[in-house]
This record gives sequence, C-alpha cells and structure tokens, in this order.
Amino acid sequence: MAEVALRKVIKRYDDVEAVRGIDLDIADHEFIVLVGPSGCGKSTTLRMIAGLEDITDGDIMIGGDVVNDVPPKDRDIAMVFQNYALYPHMTVAENMSFGLRLKHYPKAEIKARVTEAARLLDITDLIDRKPKQLSGGQRQRVAMGRAIVRNPKVFLFDEPLSNLDAKLRVQMRIEIKKVHQKVRTTTVYVTHDQVEAMTLADRVVVMNKGRIEQIGTPNELYHKPATRFVAGFIGSPAMNFLPCRLEDAGGALQIRLTDRIAFALPPARATRYNALPRTDKLLLGIRPEHLTESHAHLGPGVETFDTVLDVTEPMGMETLVYFGLEGTPVCGRVDPNAGAADGAPMRLAMDLNNMHLLNEETGVVL
Amino acid sequence: MSTLAIDKTGPTRKVKLRSMSRDRTWALRWSYFFLVLFAIFFLIPPVYMLITSLKSSAEISAATNPWWVFHPTLSNYVELLTSNQFLRFFWNSSMISIVVVIVTMLISIPAAFALARMKFWGSATLATGVFLTYLIPDSLLFIPLFKMLAVVQDFTGITLLNRWYVLVFIYPTLTVPFCTWIMIGYFASIPKELDEAALIDGASWLQTLTRIFIPVALPGLIAATIFAFTVSWAQFLYPLVFTTSIDQLVLPVGITTTLIKGDVFNWGQIMTGALLGAAPPLVIYAFLMDYYIAGLTAGATKG
Repeated sequence: MAEVALRKVIKRYDDVEAVRGIDLDIADHEFIVLVGPSGCGKSTTLRMIAGLEDITDGDIMIGGDVVNDVPPKDRDIAMVFQNYALYPHMTVAENMSFGLRLKHYPKAEIKARVTEAARLLDITDLIDRKPKQLSGGQRQRVAMGRAIVRNPKVFLFDEPLSNLDAKLRVQMRIEIKKVHQKVRTTTVYVTHDQVEAMTLADRVVVMNKGRIEQIGTPNELYHKPATRFVAGFIGSPAMNFLPCRLEDAGGALQIRLTDRIAFALPPARATRYNALPRTDKLLLGIRPEHLTESHAHLGPGVETFDTVLDVTEPMGMETLVYFGLEGTPVCGRVDPNAGAADGAPMRLAMDLNNMHLLNEETGVVL
Repeated sequence: MSTLAIDKTGPTRKVKLRSMSRDRTWALRWSYFFLVLFAIFFLIPPVYMLITSLKSSAEISAATNPWWVFHPTLSNYVELLTSNQFLRFFWNSSMISIVVVIVTMLISIPAAFALARMKFWGSATLATGVFLTYLIPDSLLFIPLFKMLAVVQDFTGITLLNRWYVLVFIYPTLTVPFCTWIMIGYFASIPKELDEAALIDGASWLQTLTRIFIPVALPGLIAATIFAFTVSWAQFLYPLVFTTSIDQLVLPVGITTTLIKGDVFNWGQIMTGALLGAAPPLVIYAFLMDYYIAGLTAGATKG
C-alpha cells in the first residue's frame, strides 16, 4: 500500500515528446484512471510508473521514495496487461505463484496466497489448467490473480478489458471494482473507454497530447469540465457545442444561438458570465440530456425552441434526436413517448441551468 | 463424407459447395501426385543403399537385377560393426556432434536472447552480421582456418591439426550463426509483454531466459538442435582437411577413405556404412519431432 506521485515527468522519444511534464498525486488506496484518446501518453505514463520505460525528466515516487532508477522488480508493483501476458507453459497456479517463487517464499505461504486469490477471483476450479484452455475473461482473471498474490504496493492496469467482448467487459469491470473494494491496493488504471473510467475511478485523470487536461472525480469531470476536450470526451453521446454570443437585452443577459433563437440566462449564470466580453468567440456546451422534449411544467432556466428533427434513434428507455442549428449538428435525448420522428418538427427544451460557456479559441470552460 | 453431408442441405447451397469441394479434390489429387513423386525420388537412394548393403561383393558385381537381392547376407553389417576402425569413426562423429550441439546451444541461446530483446547500440546490425557470417561457405574458410590452427600450434606447441576434437571448435563457425538466427526469430515472436510481466514479477534477465523464453521457444530450440546435429554429423570438408590419421577420422570421411582403395570400391560396405551413418540423425528426428509441436505460445495472449 502506498501513495504514488509524479513530478514534472517528461518522456521524449528522439524528438517526439510523448509525455510533457505531468504532475499527479495518487493517494493510498485510491483508484485512479488515466483516460484519453490513443497516443495521449496514458500508457507511457503507466509504463514509466512500472519502470518499463525510462523517464526523460522529472521524478516518480512510490511510497515517498524516488524510484526513477529502480528496476521494475524492486518497485513492488504488479501489472495487468491488455493481452494478459500469461506464461503459456505454466498452469494457472504456476502463473500466479511465479513472482513469489522467484522471491523464494515458503511453499505453504505461496499455496495459501494462490488459494486465497483464486477464491477471490472465482477461478479455484481452473487452477491446474494451462492458459490456452481458458477463455478471454478467465485469462484476465488469472492475470489479475498474478497481481493480487504478490500483494504489491501498487496495481497497474494497462487497458485490461480492451480485448474482451462488450458483455464480458461490463462484467469484469464490476469484478475489478469488487476486488479493489476488498484488497484496497492503490491502483492506476489506463483505458481509452470513458465509461470504464467513470465507473471505476475514485478520480479520473483525463489526458490529451501528453498533458493532463483535468483531474477530478467522475462527477466533477461530468458536471464541471475544465476544457472543451474534457467536456467532449466525457459523456456519451458527447456534449453539443453551439457557436453563440452574449448579448445585453434590456438589462438582462441573454445568449444568442441563431438569429431567431436567443435565451435569457438564469440569474446564477447571468452573474457568472456578466463580466465576459460580448464577443462571438463563444461556445455553448450543452449535454444531450439537457435538451429534452418540451412539456407544460418547465422549471426556471429551461427555455424552449422549435426545430425539425433529422434523425431519431430509439434506444428503448430514451430516444436520441439529431437536428441542425445553423449548420451545427446537435443531439438531444427525449422521452420515447414524446412523439419524435425522422423529419418531424418538434419543440425542445434546453436546460440552461446545466449549460457551459466555453471560449472557442482556448477551449477553456468559462 | 463431405458430399453426404452436403446432399442434405438445400439445392442452391449444394451446387456452391460441390464446386468448392471439387476444387479441393483436385488440389488434393495434385498435391498427392507430386508428394508421391517426391517421395519416390528421395527414397530411391536409401532403398538402393539397403538393397546393396544386403548383397555380397560377388552378387554386386554380377550382372543380375540390381533392384533385387537373390542371396541376402548380413556379412557387410557384421564386418563393419566388428571393425574397430568403423566403430572409431562412429565414436568420433558422435562425440563431435554432441559436443558441438551443446557448445552451439550454449552460445546461440544467450546470443539470440540478447539480440532479440536487450536493445543495445548496434544490436540490429549485429543480428544481421551474425547471419551474414553464415553465408560465407566453408570451402572459402577452410584454408584460413587451417593456417590459423597451424600458427596456434606453432606458437603454443599444442597439437591441433589431425586431432578429431579440434573439429569441436571449428564446426560452431557453421552452426552458431544459423542457430542464433533461428532463435532470434523464435524469441522475437514471443510477445513483449511476457518478458515485461516476468520483469515485474521479479525475474532477472537470466531467469526470464531460462524460465520463460527457453520453455516457450522450445520448438525453435529443437529446430536449432536438429540443425546443429545434422550439420556436424554430415560435415565432410572440414574433417577431410583437418584430420588425416585413420583413428582421427569421422564417419563420412572414414567411409570414403578406408572403403575406397584406389579404384576399388567396396560398394557393399560403403552402402552399409552410409546406411548405419544415416541412422542416428533419423532416430534423433523421430525422437525430437514428438516435442516439435508448433503453437506453444497459444494462450499467452489474446490469439
């Protein structure tokens, strides 16, 4: 058990900077997820924590000790790989105990630890099988078991569920969460799947182009994104970004989306945005669930407008509606019984209490 | 079998599958045709060896059907197997081949591991260089090698020429480059994550090699072993050059030098010797082929 800290960590391959100065503090017992598109440096960061990649500059600390030059085996970490990386010639039990056997643990303790981990992961029946006799999900459990028996300071997961099919992925996600609740080991988990990130993490680190965009709890990232990248990356379907401008209209502040659509801002938002210049270079960020069908009992700050739908996608518990506003494609989420149909006109309601205003040039949420 | 199953399906499917199976049938016929042709082609010499080895010298020189044994005799076998000379050749060949295989493996495996996995400056160039040395034919190398041994012998006073054991140092120049090259290929096919996992599990490079790489790349190791053994066992030029006394000869050279006297060919014994000489590689192939199963990495990663 230990905390992990990264201080201005840089990774350079020849002239390409893969990781550009990362600062990150991971508390003991915490489950941190690094998430971002491919090539954002998240896997490189994880591999630097593991010691599989040298760091070009900065410091990595595990349990308070700088480990920059400590080889992986002495960092007391365990890693689960995307493609499992099980030793094909060993049985499940041998795979799990390999690390302990190398460290010459007493046989009885090895057996006890393997049995315990196997029980925890529900693979007791598979203990004498070879990896090739296992399914993908079982192999991933064994890979996790190999990490658990070592009882390391830190667990590192490198996209462990990416090779599994969708259904199994959801199941294993829950398993991983359960395991973490039981063993409470500090965990760093890399994924490109924002749903995995949101569901597993105590805190999510959103990375982009070798930098950290934002660190926060899943709720913080969802409701208070710091940048356009985070706002667009977290949440599915993604947040809509509509070009807009602020206007003063009779002492009140309003936001104009098109020539015919302008909404008065709710008081809380009006005070917050009042100091901003009245330029065109703004984006209104609104999530699809805050664009719903209009009904009789709309609360304060909810404004309606009429549009013609392009496409509808019935999802069962909701229907996604797609339409255009001044050429910008927009997605909304309406009740399946609201009568949304392809090509049909519809009155929609926008909940401005949950809006975001972004600087179009810098991408910063204002 | 397959046509029976097809008849039960619908008519459109049937036509489609039948044309496919017809293609397959023809492909199979042609492959069998050529396989049988090749088999006959390659089996004629050993069969002829066997037939001749069972004949007496008189019958060999008689103008009878060469493909038939009229008076089978084991005298050639008895003579060879009771001759100290032949047993000496056999012993020399065996010792050399076994030691060469061991030496080759001891050098090739760590070399291949280092070249495949430990990325150091120039490792890629070195790997290519290793293979290039294999491309130099032994017929080019034997004179400089002879000269080198002579110089060493002059300086140190250690007798190196005309000693069978010196071949143990010479043969690896042929076997090591090629075996290293094969092993590099096998090691490179092992997923990178496997050694990373071992590294994190606390294995040193040596432990990663002995406990992960060697067991996983066993088919490659066996292929390399077979190669090294075959090369050493069948080598002709080097022993012909470096050894001259009868008691220092190996099988291929021994058979040709002792059983051909001037223009007199003792065909019966030559054929018997060749047949007996071909036996050990055959036995080794048969034994190791059981272990030579591909796909040992199955299950390591998502396949």
